[in-house]
Amino acid sequence: MKGINFIGLKDAGDPVELARRYDGEGADELVFLDITASSDDRDTMVEVVARTADEVFIPLTVGGGVRSADDARRLLRAGADKVSINSAALARPALISEIAETFGTQCVVVAIDARWVAEVGRWEVFTHGGRRPTEINALDWAVEAERWGAGEILLTSMDRDGTADGYDLALLRDVHEATNIPLVASGGVGNLDHLVEGARAGADALLAASIFHFGTYTIAEAKAKLTTSGITIRPIDA
Amino acid sequence: MIAVLDYGIGNLRSAEKALVHLGAEVRVVTSPAEARGATGVVLPGVGSFGACVDALRASRLDQVALAAIDQKVPFLGICVGYQMLFDESTESPGARGLSVLPGEVRRIAGEVRLPQMQWNIVTPRPTVSRMWASPLPVWMYFVHTYVPSIEGNTGGIVVGSCEYGETLSVAVERDRLWGVQFHPEKSGREGLALLDRFVAFAGESATPLERR
Repeated sequence: MKGINFIGLKDAGDPVELARRYDGEGADELVFLDITASSDDRDTMVEVVARTADEVFIPLTVGGGVRSADDARRLLRAGADKVSINSAALARPALISEIAETFGTQCVVVAIDARWVAEVGRWEVFTHGGRRPTEINALDWAVEAERWGAGEILLTSMDRDGTADGYDLALLRDVHEATNIPLVASGGVGNLDHLVEGARAGADALLAASIFHFGTYTIAEAKAKLTTSGITIRPIDA
Repeated sequence: MIAVLDYGIGNLRSAEKALVHLGAEVRVVTSPAEARGATGVVLPGVGSFGACVDALRASRLDQVALAAIDQKVPFLGICVGYQMLFDESTESPGARGLSVLPGEVRRIAGEVRLPQMQWNIVTPRPTVSRMWASPLPVWMYFVHTYVPSIEGNTGGIVVGSCEYGETLSVAVERDRLWGVQFHPEKSGREGLALLDRFVAFAGESATPLERR
């Protein structure tokens, strides 16, 4: 059987408060991404993670500013279950295996921000919030990240992020086909049908932030929709 | 007092935090002396089997685990802490487990993505065990690639199973020894409820851990 994990937190204002709320509402997993403005705020990040882990007992992924195995260690010791790395892994892929060898592959999430580049007819990796091109083929990078020891891929479509037009299903399908590790879909969810589409396209977990953040839908409504669509998911009253 | 064995590997804080959240008196111990008087012992574990057993022996906390099990002090092994109760693992050939339970740990078979990193349904054994509040299935969070293969389910110790590529033995109970492949400390309300039953069980323990 395949379970669909639900993830519901990104760019949140008061992460601890929101984490508590989403946990209470039935989220299956939480992701903190870039919750502090700069890498100078790493101590803040560690403290937020520690306070969250004191009272929220579901898996927690933390990303943003992780540049070394030591950064990862601090977050994991504070109570994160996984760390997400993005541009630091692109700059030096060995960082993936360094973290994986020390803490296990299950701890390492490689975040990939991809955008369709029509001139070359492929998805390429972008950094800095989707502004800076790398000319790296996103599918190749996903495969390479797995080879380096990534335990999960957090795939964000920069074309869809913030649009509410739904996940980039073609991108999801291609990365799902090319890799053998869990795939988290991110970017573009605007309604509950988008979640169902994402699960059917091969995502192992569905990340949605704004629909929950702005109260468009509750997690209970999202789970009910997935369940009635025949997708196996941990029920809300579990 | 519940002793959480800290042998220097991985994130042990989650188990500690969950137990504290439940109101248990918890001590994270790094040496056998600190575990004296424990009425319950928790052995967490993440990472590879070989690295965990090596670190456990180096810390001499393997002696605490063995003494607790021998003296029937309530004991809970989680994830690799569960796997280490067996003889060996194909993950780390040559590394010896604690051999408290019969069997070996091996890679999950079947056409499934590994690790199993997701919530999955655990089905309790139909006959009563202390681990479960009811015989109803519960969702628990898993992160693992290997799983114990229990020889003939000796003495009917398997009290929970889940389906992932094959039927996995994910919870065992023998006397006052519990082992679970999933992470109760990361499984929300159901996971906390299981830990709460362990805490209550430990509270009933009349004989705290003696040093040998």
